[in-house]
Amino acid sequence: MAADPKQQATEERLAALTLPEGGGWLGAARKDALGRLEAVRLPGRRDEYWRYTNPAPLVQAAPALDVPDQVEDPFEGVDALVVTIDGDNIEIPGELPAGLEIGTLADAARADIHWAKELYGHREAAGSRPVSRPLAMLNSAFATNGLVIRATGKVAMPIHVRTGGGTDPILHHLVKVETGASVTVLESGIAGARSNIVTEIDVADDGTFHHIRVDGPTRARHGNTHLFARLGAESTFKSFTLSAHGELTRNEAVVELTGDDAVSHIAGAAFGQGDFHHDDTVFVIHDAENCESRQVYKKVLRDGAVGVFQGKILVKEGAQKTDGYQISQSLLLDDDSVFLAKPELEIYADDVACSHGSTTGAIDETALFYLRSRGVPERAATDLLVLSFLAEALEEIEDETLRANISGRLADWLSRD
Amino acid sequence: MLEIKNLHVKLEEEDKAILRGVDLTVEAGKVHAIMGPNGSGKSTLSYVLSGRDGYEVTEGSATLDGEELLDMEPEERAAIGLFLAFQYPVEIPGVGNMTFLRTAVNAQRKARGEEEVSAGDFLKLIREKAKALKIDADMLKRPVNVGFSGGEKKRNEILQMAMLEPKMCILDETDSGLDVDAMKLVADGVNALRDEGRAFLVITHYQRLLNHIRPDVVHIMSEGRIVQTGGPELALEVEENGYGNILEGAA
Ligand SMILES: Nc1ncnc2c1ncn2[C@@H]1O[C@H](COP(=O)(O)OP(=O)(O)OP(=O)(O)O)[C@@H](O)[C@H]1O
Ligand SMILES: [Mg+2]
Repeated sequence: MAADPKQQATEERLAALTLPEGGGWLGAARKDALGRLEAVRLPGRRDEYWRYTNPAPLVQAAPALDVPDQVEDPFEGVDALVVTIDGDNIEIPGELPAGLEIGTLADAARADIHWAKELYGHREAAGSRPVSRPLAMLNSAFATNGLVIRATGKVAMPIHVRTGGGTDPILHHLVKVETGASVTVLESGIAGARSNIVTEIDVADDGTFHHIRVDGPTRARHGNTHLFARLGAESTFKSFTLSAHGELTRNEAVVELTGDDAVSHIAGAAFGQGDFHHDDTVFVIHDAENCESRQVYKKVLRDGAVGVFQGKILVKEGAQKTDGYQISQSLLLDDDSVFLAKPELEIYADDVACSHGSTTGAIDETALFYLRSRGVPERAATDLLVLSFLAEALEEIEDETLRANISGRLADWLSRD
Repeated sequence: MLEIKNLHVKLEEEDKAILRGVDLTVEAGKVHAIMGPNGSGKSTLSYVLSGRDGYEVTEGSATLDGEELLDMEPEERAAIGLFLAFQYPVEIPGVGNMTFLRTAVNAQRKARGEEEVSAGDFLKLIREKAKALKIDADMLKRPVNVGFSGGEKKRNEILQMAMLEPKMCILDETDSGLDVDAMKLVADGVNALRDEGRAFLVITHYQRLLNHIRPDVVHIMSEGRIVQTGGPELALEVEENGYGNILEGAA
């Protein structure tokens, strides 16, 4: 019998990894994740969930790229608590505001942190139903470190997690937002040539979690992230990702609304050219009444770039009055680029308002001419129209200052080549 | 200033001739008006002059102060001083009106080798010009033309013209959709820009705008040609008797 390629790839990858030392709750969680991974094996080309994206670079034993140079700080000028992850070295500010705890996964493993133990690997495992997410299982088993963040009050200043210095980092973050608490996490930096980052988030009742991630603008990088979130009653979860370039990115998000009146907004703006493959795979589960979810994804593709969107909203039985909205759009700047979208709605409640849509379009020639007739050169006019296209996704960033900051960064990056 | 000679234009995609030998000279300091029935080619002329895709010039030339326009990119034409106020101004969501205008002003300056205007100077200037056109701060901040009423869009075109200070201004039916007061505002905006070094080509269907912006010369366009040229009285005749007599006379 010929060797199963998935089995073989999984064995090769596992042979190149060692389970980090240490027993305790984390050791047990790692073993559990490894068991789950071995049962499903790493993804292969034939897997339905990887139909549009070849997982090989994320799966193979060693990264295919060299470590890229670190990029500039996209949040420069933003007042934030900066946490740096530089390879295995994590630096956390000595003084933290009231209502905020930040530690490392390594330290948490040695302590008996009840909530971390309850979250680690558990959200991820829940997110693997019904579709398994083996790269996240791999992460839960082999993560070398990560941040353990807990908000017990309203934290006004955002936490900025600046990651870099790794070759093939596997990082696993935990975020717990307690009842009525709120916190904002900003993420930036190129973690490595290849990276696998999982963030498990639990937002308790009436809690608020805001997340803004900026990825880029380096080209040579292969990245895979997972966000797994659970939302309690009346809680709010908002996550926005800006992706600039990058050879391969697969960003997955699984959000489960388990308490009534919860709100989940996830958005992404991505642009890239040539060797650019960007995949957003999102799964939102409504399991409570009167919740709202929104997904807004926009991709700008040039010179043969590929954009992928797989988005599913599942409304479970009893999740009445669900308000679900999903839009994925691409702007193709030439005939060589492609956008592949698979939007899905699965609804088991009868009193809901859900809509979804997906579009692919080209630059509006009339608008382009209008701008050029005012003296704006073709490339700059195209950039303005790209910004115009991405604006709806950027609108999802609630904080005006941060939105303006990111919008400026985007304009700058767009104008560079 | 603007010299159009024997201009023939057809659609790029199909064999349809739209302009069939337009001859027109607009001198510096003058206001010329073009009137003519629907579909006679007035907007096409303005688009071809400003460089819109989709048209093919099969014969003739158009120069601005001696420079051949038809070989230039639209932005180059703008930089040497050509401006078209669109019959249907375009909405651009997500791009602030002010950002757009500052980008345009600075792009033109850069193309001419001039220094960019500072953010502060720009703000001062635009506020002053916007005020004269009764365009409020909110409209300046909003995305370009998005949610603007028909009249607001037209006033916004004139604001752009005032900020860009072109030497050859083409206005394509800027009066359509304007109420009486707005028409006065627009006309005042145009009149404020009238000067020895600047010329206007005003495309309109109605005499009313021409009461406010007194033209020096009026042309009648029909089936892709200028079929008659006269003084302001020609516009009055159109207003009273329509195109019937004029076109018959020309035939
Ligand atoms: N892109 C195009 N495709 C097809 N036909 C066109 C195109 N552009 C212009 N035409 C045709 O060319 C002719 C002239 O159109 P144009 O818009 O220039 O007329 P106009 O004089 O401005 O009319 P109006 O007074 O109604 O604004 C019309 O018959 C029009 O349908
Ligand atoms: Mg017209």
